[in-house]
Amino acid sequence: MTSIRCRAQTFEAEHPEEFLMNVLLILPILIPMLTAVLALLLQKSRSTQRAVSSIGAWTLFAAAAWLVVDVWRNGIQAAQMGNWPAPYGITLVADLFSAVMVLLAGIIAAAVGMYSLVSVDAQREEFGYHSLYHFLLMGVCGAFLTGDLFNLYVWFEVMLMASFVLMALGGERGQMEGAIKYVTLNLISSALFLSALGLLYAIAGTLNMADLAYKFSDVSASQHPGLMTTLAILFMLAFGIKAAVFPLFFWLPASYHTPPVAVSALFAGLLTKVGVYALIRVFTLIFLQDVGYTHSLILVIAGLTMVSGVLGAVAQYDFRRLLSFHIISQIGYALMGLGIFTASALGGAVFFIFHVSIAKASLFLVSGVAQRLYRTCDLKRLGGLYQTQPMLAALFLVSAMSLAGIPPFSGFFAKLGLVKAGLDTGQHVIVAVALGVSLLTLFSMLKIWGEAFWKPIPDQSGTTGGLSGVRLSNWLFPIAILSAISVVLGLGAGPAFNFALQAGEQLMDPSLYIQAVLGGAP
Amino acid sequence: MEVILAFVIGGLFALAIYMLLRRSLVKLLIGLALLSHAANLLIFTAAKLTRGRPPVIGMETAALEPPFADPLPQALILTAIVISFGVMAFALALAFRAYRSVGTDDLDQMQSTDV
Amino acid sequence: MTSLILRTTTRYLTPLLLIFSVFLFLRGHNQPGGGFAGGLVAAAPFALFSIAFGAAEARRVLQVEPRWLIGVGLLAALASGVIGLLGGYPFLTGTWGYLKLPGFGVLDIGTPLFFDLGVYLAVIGVTLSIIFALEEAE
Repeated sequence: MTSIRCRAQTFEAEHPEEFLMNVLLILPILIPMLTAVLALLLQKSRSTQRAVSSIGAWTLFAAAAWLVVDVWRNGIQAAQMGNWPAPYGITLVADLFSAVMVLLAGIIAAAVGMYSLVSVDAQREEFGYHSLYHFLLMGVCGAFLTGDLFNLYVWFEVMLMASFVLMALGGERGQMEGAIKYVTLNLISSALFLSALGLLYAIAGTLNMADLAYKFSDVSASQHPGLMTTLAILFMLAFGIKAAVFPLFFWLPASYHTPPVAVSALFAGLLTKVGVYALIRVFTLIFLQDVGYTHSLILVIAGLTMVSGVLGAVAQYDFRRLLSFHIISQIGYALMGLGIFTASALGGAVFFIFHVSIAKASLFLVSGVAQRLYRTCDLKRLGGLYQTQPMLAALFLVSAMSLAGIPPFSGFFAKLGLVKAGLDTGQHVIVAVALGVSLLTLFSMLKIWGEAFWKPIPDQSGTTGGLSGVRLSNWLFPIAILSAISVVLGLGAGPAFNFALQAGEQLMDPSLYIQAVLGGAP
Repeated sequence: MEVILAFVIGGLFALAIYMLLRRSLVKLLIGLALLSHAANLLIFTAAKLTRGRPPVIGMETAALEPPFADPLPQALILTAIVISFGVMAFALALAFRAYRSVGTDDLDQMQSTDV
Repeated sequence: MTSLILRTTTRYLTPLLLIFSVFLFLRGHNQPGGGFAGGLVAAAPFALFSIAFGAAEARRVLQVEPRWLIGVGLLAALASGVIGLLGGYPFLTGTWGYLKLPGFGVLDIGTPLFFDLGVYLAVIGVTLSIIFALEEAE
């Protein structure tokens, strides 16, 4: 187990390690913010904007990687913003889970950012696409790093505002309709979150997550047990809408396929994962009073989410809608880890979230290439991609097989970890559901393969003219990066899983988190 | 005072949900606005009401005398109001654009992206 | 909209509102007020201009792009946070400097003021870009 540094109550400015910690924790928020502002100010020049955006995304990735290494070496890191001591000020905290999620944001930002450069039209770029893209990343990274529940709400809103505009940017009719549903459901979720925050503050008198965990671990459910469970359910509803779990997911398939593919991929890779992150954070740190009730409920929701998502996907004949339903189904697996609630299950969930975000973003990008070539996402009108684009077909297969959980790709090990954790705790029903859903996932991936790649080009389309004049390597390179990560995660599953397991152990032991934020004895 | 506010909050939530369930886009937005007001008022009330005791240290005293209003919920509400101001402004603009591109504010007509 | 009353009032209200916004902004340091309230009040005269004379005229009076205000405001807020960071403290730690003005005394200038200035500018920018966009969409 890595050592946890005890924090002194006062800062020693000369201390270099302290300085590094302060910088490292704020960088994943500062870099996207600076990039977004520069992109906003340089809106006149499209080429400078694009350069700034790319540099920003790659710098974010580098900073995130550095943060992961630092947290791996030195344990949970915390910094008090504005130098206000912990329960009073806003704390930024990075444990392994947070750091990995920030790294995930960095990877997706870099890959989808590259894809945006070739796929997003000039009109959207002039309207501030790059600026919004980085504001979204700022919100996402802030949500992953904050140690304060109200601050989490603020980051959620930053992220949502940026995503609202990205969703509606362009103003096509479908986008408008999708955006209205997306905005409405997310605002309802925010209102629920806010109400829950108010009630939680009334009970505990603090919203610092570590302080909440400390207070509730002490008096343990003796005070207001009913109210605590109600609050837990309110938070579950609020985050559940954002994470798109059963039965709160209907906004997702109605909206995720409407914006440009790069935006879809970014949302698919990151946004629902922020909801899952918040669920895992809150239900491993704060709401542990009635685990038998809340976490069993999460397990039931997880199973239903998997099944309803994949059944929705099986019925679809549109490339992106089908993938949208799979997002929901995969959220179920991540929640399964939380519901089982052991260190290895949570480790499996961390591994799974990482794997699925990358595979899913990659699949969305593949659908974008198909759409670019055929001007449609309708699987019935696609075809012959294996013949004309063997490279694209290979990249699709890597991500699709990874998603379905075929060895040796990352998805297999992610699901193996979850299934093993389920068997260890005797949760046979959820294991059976997970395996069944896995088969259906394979089936719908094969459906895409059969329709879009394998079958001959349908006669009536005749739109392969789009093939000429496109330097497709620019489109394929970001997909190749994501696929390569998928493969590496699968081949190096041992060390990667060990890492995830450490993250799971940290999550199961809230005292480490409390100690890192509040110091020795609060 | 708490009892009165509790009824007001309950009423606001009920109104908000009623408005959210209507077919008109404009009424949906009114519902969302009411929902955020209800949530803000809930924070305000849940964190205990203290009247006429601002949490300001006077010139003569060194520390605050115990019965004083908690400033934190007010700061939270202020932040939430600012955020909902921005979100509502965006939502209004979005509704206007949607009305222009779809040609109606009837939500039942906006189902082309549904499953 | 062409309303003589509104147009005349707008002309007279503009300087008053702008002065009031600066007052609110400076007062916010220790008392109710501050960058957000000040920024909203400062946006009000331009909003009035866009209602009374149209968005194009309001843009001409404002002289700078609202987007530019947002960018500069955010940059100022960001810089005020980084100053503390560079001093070896966490992000956003208040850092104070002293400015000696001959014949006036010593003026304390701190990063909170710059942060608030950033908020002030950003609020004007955001409010006006929304108002102008809605005005121009009609």
